[in-house]
Amino acid sequence: MREIFDDVKIVEFTQIAAGPLIGRYLSDFGAEVIHVESRTRPDPWRSYPPAKDGTPGLERGYGFAVYNTNKYGITLNLKHSKGPELAKKLVRWADVVIENFTPGTMSKFGLGYQDLRKVKEDIIMLSTCNLGQTGPHAKHPGLGTHLTNLCGFTYLTGWPDRPPYLLYGPYVDYISVCYATIALVSALEYKRRTGRGMYIDISQYESGLQFMTPAILEYTVNGRIVTRDGNHSPCAAPHGVFPCKKKDTWVAIAIFSEEEWEKLCRLMGMENLASRFKAFEERKKHEEYIEEIISKWTVKFNPKEIEALLQENGIEGVAVEDMKDLFEDPQLSLYMWENFKHPVIEDYVVQKIGFELSEETTKLKRPGHLLGEHNEFVWTELVGLAKEEFEQYKNIGVFD
Amino acid sequence: MELPDGILSGYRVLDLSRELGYLCGKIFGDLGAEVIKIEPPGGDPSRLTPPFLKDDPHPEKSIYWISFNVNKKSLTLDITKDEGRDILLNLIRRSDFLIETFPAGYLEELELDWNHLREINPKLIMISITPFGRKGPKSQYKASDLGIMAASGFMSLLGDVDRPPVRVTLPQSYMWASTYGALGGLFALYGRNKTGKGQHVDVPAQAATVWACAHAPFFWTAERTIPKRSGIMLTGRSYEGASYPAIFKCKDGYIGFTLYWGRAGAITHREIVKWMDERGMAPQHLKEKDWDNFDPFYASKEEINEILQPVAEFLKTVTKKEFLYEAVKRRIMGYPVSTAEDVLTDPHLQARNFWQITPYMGEKLVYPGGFARFSETFCGVRKRAPRIGEHNYEILRELGFSKSDVEKMKENGVI
Repeated sequence: MREIFDDVKIVEFTQIAAGPLIGRYLSDFGAEVIHVESRTRPDPWRSYPPAKDGTPGLERGYGFAVYNTNKYGITLNLKHSKGPELAKKLVRWADVVIENFTPGTMSKFGLGYQDLRKVKEDIIMLSTCNLGQTGPHAKHPGLGTHLTNLCGFTYLTGWPDRPPYLLYGPYVDYISVCYATIALVSALEYKRRTGRGMYIDISQYESGLQFMTPAILEYTVNGRIVTRDGNHSPCAAPHGVFPCKKKDTWVAIAIFSEEEWEKLCRLMGMENLASRFKAFEERKKHEEYIEEIISKWTVKFNPKEIEALLQENGIEGVAVEDMKDLFEDPQLSLYMWENFKHPVIEDYVVQKIGFELSEETTKLKRPGHLLGEHNEFVWTELVGLAKEEFEQYKNIGVFD
Repeated sequence: MELPDGILSGYRVLDLSRELGYLCGKIFGDLGAEVIKIEPPGGDPSRLTPPFLKDDPHPEKSIYWISFNVNKKSLTLDITKDEGRDILLNLIRRSDFLIETFPAGYLEELELDWNHLREINPKLIMISITPFGRKGPKSQYKASDLGIMAASGFMSLLGDVDRPPVRVTLPQSYMWASTYGALGGLFALYGRNKTGKGQHVDVPAQAATVWACAHAPFFWTAERTIPKRSGIMLTGRSYEGASYPAIFKCKDGYIGFTLYWGRAGAITHREIVKWMDERGMAPQHLKEKDWDNFDPFYASKEEINEILQPVAEFLKTVTKKEFLYEAVKRRIMGYPVSTAEDVLTDPHLQARNFWQITPYMGEKLVYPGGFARFSETFCGVRKRAPRIGEHNYEILRELGFSKSDVEKMKENGVI
């Protein structure tokens, strides 16, 4: 089977999520990807929760298995005197190098872009980090969760009368993953057209800020700071989340037009409200009152039931799904989840990229790798070390 | 070969999208493609989305619209009329990408769906973005940002337990859908260069937004637990179920700060205590604590409390700017909870020349710069947002129409 990226070879010096997912997306569509770790410093994502049965262990980390499905995994200690030399052998094999160390780390190992160009002139190198490779704060260590605060998303999440909320995870890291992959495929296209490689600097901060554009414009032109407003919207009313029958189950309802409002009132058996709050301005003005009335109606249903009922009647009603619901959702079963087997975790569910291409079928190839699982194969078969050479390096501890 | 306008220089994109797909077309423009926004005569109805520049409710002043429609030309065209449809087909023959966000079934009715378009231009890459995807039982379901945030599970992770789940006030799901749409389109382009054939990219906004949940979904499959919204408390990072506040009040707003493991955590804890001590606000038990052997994930609630209470008191006395400055200097992990104003004055972004000033209708608009920095070529805002039908004549002339033809089309409501 031909796959889109079956001519692309990637070596990644990456860890956690923001780096490894880039390679994962391309590996799903045929790229050969080598994930480099060392035994002294395995990818910390391996030990991150959740783990199989809630018991931590290097080979039990669920997120690691998902984000590294389809890759080859090797160990190489860059701090060993022979480490950088071997890393260059990987670079010679590769078309693309991805790294997400603190800025300057790769150069310290003699593996900066200029060093790599000497090994392979048309190499594409992508660096992704918190704040970008340059600038006064470049080397400040940070977490994606904090970066989400710095970008402004946190400030925009919550109720006007309460402090802003966390966006659960390192939200901005995941925005940067998609943008970085877009940049990488663009660089491959550039290479196809010009024959030249390039260096890509992804500042997760800057890619995150793309999603903030309207708030930036609103401040610079109108001088207004956009702030969190619960579930309300300047374009629709009612526009909120309403309780359902079972405790802590919810449905989201958004009414944009008079027609939708009439339909909702009819469905609730409250036709009198339809004309009373017909105009958007009226509904917006009395939104709290309307929300109370709707809540008394929605609480009679289960989220799935009321979602179907509202949608059948042409109204935007959507169940608020929790993490369990996501795996029972018929749409996500089609587009996102695929069952696979891992030697330690056993049955696990891989999160696929989420979109589909009409002419491609993707097939899962390998489960998330065990630490150093493909050392011998990669170093001898792909990189081309002789068996004795491989053993010699192994004996002096380069692979530890 | 040189690519004067960027990596996608020479490619043409037809953008028939509404909100769900604006950013998708913009990304192609950021990379140098020619993007033609095709709007119904009179303009895209979403041009009326508030707020507006200077609060002037003018269809060319919607902030949301001009945020994500830079780098595009505008052609007004009624694709439901025969003449308009012919022009569209003519353009499709000369284009590489088509982005659309119509409800599933609409283009089928007009015989402008993938099966028809692939006959007209086998190299075409068609990107269809819908709330739930084009197949499956919910393919016809309606959802705006609120509904997509609900369906993606992300909302269930945001908010306080005593109130309903909450969305991010600024729509986010359209951005998630758009970026994944652009990525799918570029995947298809890379494939097309080998096979000569385009393809159809089916992008469900729901699935794209599930990525925003980070690792939360895996808790269900790994251990059958369901992560829930927990306000300002950081959760999902420890096997012991540790949870602790990560947002603190400061003098002029809020600061995000957390306890953390490993070396970076030890530096963070030690350095903030040093800073507190300089202000006479570090209690003895924090000054004496062995931070190298402290792992917050295994700490008791009492221990966490003993640390964070004095920290919270201290943070009340500093400003956001002060915190950013000192955190960077002292290698303390944490950042202020920025507003748009804070982001715009961040010295780091200014030093990187991030912001791009673009004049538009008498205003100087400030846009975020490129999403990536390429060593060989520019990525970012190239052209201001188009006025309604601004490029009608320019585009139709290329198709062989004269000025009077264009005038006639205008009269007949085709453009």
